[in-house]
Parts: sequence; structure tokens; C-alpha cells
Amino acid sequence: MSFKRPEDVATPLNLDGYEKPFLEKLFLRMVRAREFEEQLYYLFLTTKMPGTMHQATGQEAVAVGVASALNTDDYVTSTHRGHAHCIAKDVPLDVMMAEMFARRNGVCKGMGGSMHLCDFSRGMLGAFGIVGAGIPIATGAALTSVVKGSKQVAVSFFGDGAINEGVFHESLNMAALWKLPVVYVIENNQYALSMPNDLVSAVTDLSSRGCGYGIPGEKADGNNVIAVYEAASRAVEKARNGGGPTLLECITYRIRGHARFEPADYRDKAEVEQWEKFDPIKRFKVAALSGGNFSAQELVSIEKKVEEEITAAVAFASAGEEVGAEDYLQYIFEQPSESAGS
Amino acid sequence: MRKLSISEALREAMVQEMRRNPNVILMGEDVGRFNGAFNVSNGMFNEFGPKRVWDTPISEAGFMGMGIGAALTGLRPVIEFQYADFMFCAMDQIVNEAAKLRLMSGGQASVPIVMRAPQGATGRAAQHSQSVEAFFMHTPGLYIALPSTPYDAKGLLTRAIRMNDPVLILEHKLLYGSASPGGGKAISELTISDIGSDVPEEQYEIPFGKADVKRVGRDVTIIATLLMVHRSLAVAADLEKEGISCEVVDPRTLVPLDEDTLLTSIRKTNRVVVVSEDISRGGVTAELSALTMDKAFDYLDAPVVRVAADNTPIPFGPAAEKRVIPQLEDIKKAVYEVLKD
Repeated sequence: MSFKRPEDVATPLNLDGYEKPFLEKLFLRMVRAREFEEQLYYLFLTTKMPGTMHQATGQEAVAVGVASALNTDDYVTSTHRGHAHCIAKDVPLDVMMAEMFARRNGVCKGMGGSMHLCDFSRGMLGAFGIVGAGIPIATGAALTSVVKGSKQVAVSFFGDGAINEGVFHESLNMAALWKLPVVYVIENNQYALSMPNDLVSAVTDLSSRGCGYGIPGEKADGNNVIAVYEAASRAVEKARNGGGPTLLECITYRIRGHARFEPADYRDKAEVEQWEKFDPIKRFKVAALSGGNFSAQELVSIEKKVEEEITAAVAFASAGEEVGAEDYLQYIFEQPSESAGS
Repeated sequence: MRKLSISEALREAMVQEMRRNPNVILMGEDVGRFNGAFNVSNGMFNEFGPKRVWDTPISEAGFMGMGIGAALTGLRPVIEFQYADFMFCAMDQIVNEAAKLRLMSGGQASVPIVMRAPQGATGRAAQHSQSVEAFFMHTPGLYIALPSTPYDAKGLLTRAIRMNDPVLILEHKLLYGSASPGGGKAISELTISDIGSDVPEEQYEIPFGKADVKRVGRDVTIIATLLMVHRSLAVAADLEKEGISCEVVDPRTLVPLDEDTLLTSIRKTNRVVVVSEDISRGGVTAELSALTMDKAFDYLDAPVVRVAADNTPIPFGPAAEKRVIPQLEDIKKAVYEVLKD
């Protein structure tokens, strides 16, 4: 098989010209995403958590680079592998953790779990557990922006597996036809569960898929948070100014298995180890230290802060009430007491 | 009062609500410049323009998903499926997304979207004829309305657009009373009465979960929807001459179902015939029979008799289509059957 090698994908990570608070935000969000999922993994191993989950270990720079180019009221749709997207959009860790614990104080009241995290107050329209399902939904959010003239931009994150779903093509066509303010982000982690891209896609240059719809395809080193941020910023700016959609392929690698306990033994260990050397957080640290943007102590103190946040999130979740057996009854339809919308 | 056809009543509901609320949009295939395959959206593109009336590509899953995204972010889309059969192209978006989002999000998400789709057998063969309500009754999180008269059509659609959950409005092609643009005379049939064709000009809502007794009777309760309401009324008028008094009850919405009105009628007549154009297996008639068994068993003087389409794709040949779809004589036979002892 011909997976993409990190040394061929990697572009220089240069932090020059960025304000320190912005760089700190990028690092903080990536570390939060990593540590949140590491905590989940531990909790699953110790059977303290119900359900399942999908880790985005090694892919954090894609979520963080793109989301950092957005405003709070811009829209995002995500996938079954969605924790990092939520965290990059600043969904608080405590309510996310409580959702994982199936508690009433969870962000979705314990009704959704890992695969359906969303936070409408932060434009996070949902992690969709059906591959590709969020693509037309983000496109529809962009339609709202056009109808209302609100200048909001919608981003849809999806994996390399999703581009073979029909709705990918239907959505790209309509978005291009109507010049909708939407950015399609292919988070190419090179595996759709067990299937490497070249065994399921006739054309493996994924960003070229836009050309059938007149949508420019862009590529970015997905483990380089600055490269992702810059490519996303160009696409977001263009969308906001009426220039229509972009298809942005961020090439990265799924370090873990597909889901919770899936060992991913269909791939070569050397391949994984090679990609681990290009870990986006490690690369950021090296660049930050060698560029003199941060001291080692500053980076450690950010990591420490995240560790405390995670501990607090677990405490918040553990203290939450468990979902009641009949809680679901109030969420099937709007309750009569709620007011009619406009 | 004015008389309107169902297609005029549906259009008036949309137009009046779109004038009142700038967040309401219409999307679908040929709904704009062509005025809709069944003429329901006639004139709306001219009045509201391309940012309110969207002519979509033939991409049912795509524009259904877009409608959901628009609904999540402040619009109230009305999605027209050209034929109900085409909804199956969009099943993931309807079943996995629209219907589940409120629950999955713990009540954060509202999906105020209306899906309108014409169904019913009209000589168009298997892929343009199916009655689809049972698929969607089996999808928790969707409301379903089936207007059999112009009055019901306007009131139910007006209500639907204002609701904050996904609503499916199933319309019967034979009841529209309008032809498609350039399609010549509307296909129709004699049993369709003008019941409920007096429609107020002003806006009004019909609440979901309120059945309507279309004809009062004492011997048998006939529960029917859409075209079968009209066929049942024709049978009831005929049987009156033989001294048999039928009560015809139209649930109007299958979700929610107005159990009280249905059960009140059943407890009065003690005999029930259930009529629907969808197939019998796992269908509306099966559900209504089960309801009757669950909640009115002790009141029954005879087993429930079901009249439904045969369990087959709809065949093209007119004689075969007629055999498959419930006819007047099938309903009549069912009434005799339920009265036989």
C-alpha cells in the first residue's frame, strides 16, 4: 500500500510573526484535545465510562488550525471523531466530560455521548456519527448565512472515508453553484477504519475532487498547526467575502485504532512510529523552543494548566447526576411549555 | 366562503407564512421557475425570488441535509420532494439526522423543517406511486400529517411551518385538484367530494393530534386517510341507502395520533374498518388495528377488518394497479364483513 509518508507531507513550521497569546491559544487547544482523549482512554480501560469513542490522537493540529481561523458564531460540523473539533471551538471540557460520563450536566444532557457532542452556543452544530452526514448540514448553515446576510462561515470537518459518500458530491455542487460561505475540510488521516485510501478511492489526490465542481482544492500539512491555520484563514476569508467554497485537504495520520479498543493491526508498526515522530504537538514545541517563542517552563506550565482542567472536568462529571431512566421523554419532541419559534 | 383545491390551499399556507416570516424558505426540484411538478408553488418564485424559493439540483439527500442545516441555524425550510418515493434517496438525513437531532443534542437542537411529498397510485408505476407513511411512523422524532381536504391542508401546513420539530406532510396526487404545468387536465376521479373545500382567507392552524369526524354514523367506524377518506365517504353514502350508518374518521395526523377521538367512535359503534393506501404488512392499518386491540378490545362486537394495498410494488398496468389499491368495493365488502354477525 502507499500511505503518505510524513517526511513527504511535512512543511516547515514557522511561528514567526504571530503574537504570543495567539500561539499560546493554539498550543493550549491542541494539548487540551490530546489530554482530554488520553484521559478518556484511561477511563475506558478502567471501565469507568460507558459507550465507545474514537480518538484523534495526532490529528489535533487540523481541528485547532481550522477552528482558530473562525469566529465564535461561525458554524462547524464534525464527525464521530469529534472531541478535538469541539475543544478547538472552545466547548468547555467539564460539560464534555460529563457527557462522556452520561450525566445530566453533560453538554447534551447525557443523551448524545461521544459521537453526538454539540454546543450550539459556540456554533458547534454537532458531531455526526453517520459518515458524511454533517457535510450537507454545514452547507445548509452556509445557506442561512446567505439568506440572512449574516456573513457567518460554516466549516465541515470530515475524513478521507466521507468523500465517497454521495452527499459530499451533492453538497459541493450546490455550494459552488450558489457560492455559499462554506469550507470543506478533509481531515485525511489515511484510514477509513481498516481501509487505506488507495484501496477505496480511485483518485488519491483528494483535494483534486473539487475540480469537478469548480471548487479550488488546497492542501496543507495537517500536522503543522500554522500551515493549517494559514490555509484555513485564506479559505474562510474567501468564503466570508462571497468567494464561495474551498476544499481543503489536511494530510495527517490516525495514530490510534479506529475506535476504543481497535488495535489497528492491519498496518505496519514502522509506519505508525514514523508518523509519531511528526506529532503535531511535539513539532510545535520544538519550533516554539528553537524560535525562542516560549521557554520550556512556559510550555510545561500550559501543560500543567490543562492537566488541572482535566482533573476538574472529571470531578465535575463525577459529581453530576446520572441520567434518569425517563429523561429521554422530554427530548423526542419540543415540550408544550416551550414557546413557538420564529 | 371561497372554494380552493388542495394545491391552492397548500400554496396559500406557504405564501401567507412566507409573507409573515422572512425565515421561511422553500426548496426542492422544479419548485421555482417551473412552479412545482404539481403546480403547488405556482407564482411563488415570482413573488419571493431566488433567495426564498430555491430550485435545487436533483440531490434529495443533499438538499434535505441543507434544509436541516438551515433549520438548525434559524431558517424554517419547507422542502418539497417531487414524489414521496424520492424521499428514500434522503433517508439518512431524514431518519438519522432530522429526527434524532433534538434528542442527541439533549434538546439544544430544534429542527423546524417541513417536508412535503406527494404520494399515491396514479398510473405512474412502482417508483412514483408508493404510500410511504409507515416508514416514517416508524421513525421517532417526526410528525406526520395527511390532509384529505383543502381546509385541513391549509390549517395543517400553516401549523407545521410554525412547529419546532420536523414535520412530514404527505399529499395525495389525486386530491391536488391541479395539473402539473403543461400536464393537461388534472387526473381525478368521481369519488373525490368537495368536502372541506371552503377555506378561510385568513391564516389559521389545525393542531396536530386532532382527528376529524368526516361523517357521523352509528353502526361502523371507518378510519381512513387521504384518498381513502373520500372513498370511504362514497361507500358510506351508498350504504346509507341500505340502512347501514357508517362513521368516517380521518386521523389527519398519524403522529401524534388522536387516540381519544378514534376510541370514542369505536366505543360508540363497536365495529371498526381501517382503510389505508399503504400496504398492509407493517402498515398504518396494522398499527390502528393494534391500537384498537390494546385500548378498545372489550368494546368490539367483531374483529377489526383491514383494507390496505396488497404487499407488492405498485404495478403499472391499470387493471393490476386497481387490484392492488383499495377500491370502493373493497371498503364496502369490509363493512359487510365487520357487520356479518
